[in-house]
Amino acid sequence: MALIRWMDRPDLYGLGAEFERMQRDMNRLLSSFMGRGMSPFRSDVFPHVNVSEDADNLYVRTELPGMLPDEIEISVEGDTVTLRGERKLAVAENVNYHRREREAGRFRRIFSLPAKVNADAVTAVFKDGVLKITLPKAEEAKPKQIQIKSA
Amino acid sequence: MTDKDLQAREKVEVTTEAESTRNVPVYVPAVDIYESQDALVVVADMPGVSPDNVTIDIHDNTLTLRGTVTVEEVNERMHIQEYGVGDYSRKFTLGRAIDQSKIEAAMKNGVLTLTLPKTDISKPRKISVKVA
Repeated sequence: MALIRWMDRPDLYGLGAEFERMQRDMNRLLSSFMGRGMSPFRSDVFPHVNVSEDADNLYVRTELPGMLPDEIEISVEGDTVTLRGERKLAVAENVNYHRREREAGRFRRIFSLPAKVNADAVTAVFKDGVLKITLPKAEEAKPKQIQIKSA
Repeated sequence: MTDKDLQAREKVEVTTEAESTRNVPVYVPAVDIYESQDALVVVADMPGVSPDNVTIDIHDNTLTLRGTVTVEEVNERMHIQEYGVGDYSRKFTLGRAIDQSKIEAAMKNGVLTLTLPKTDISKPRKISVKVA
């Protein structure tokens, strides 16, 4: 039996266009709640991360204002990253708090990356409260150029 | 502090001010404000802002905090984007008389600590009652 890709299946009832329109409208609805360009389904676990890649590396960025580098623990295994730490805030004594919006506490977040990385070569930089982790892709995950030889 | 786990919060965009001319969103930074006997202290979370990019302005009893981020130009493909990178801005009305010449600001790891010393007239004074 021939295998046809789901996306190429014959559209017997003409419903394809309807579903596409519905999906587009739902995406637009969700993104209007979530703010510009955010993934509509994101985790509620602290901290929020941004994951990006280029040809050689994966980059993970997260905002941890007021923390010190020793208070953050990063571990990488295969394609899984674990971020763990405790945010401590200096609580002033004998003062009257008018607003208290900054929070302190522990956090632990585990997420998987879209590609395998070389765990030995991972580096991390913490500047102005932003943690940026650079994860070089494992050799097999890098895009390979294929040369065409003329026969 | 209590032994609880942190919850992730969404960043809130500023809606009331005039639009920024920069092409980045402007967020409201989380602040702690407390008052001691001598000063008012404002602590604001502004990750990504370096100390040179902070503007503090006091005008007519309104305190305006602004922090700008330098957006790096990168050729990266985003996979997951859970937070936006942008500037920070927040305004406060000061009810107390502040000695503007003695304001101190310090910025470390994305946290701005602003100390606004109160002028002498607003410090609590003890008035002793003499027996006439």
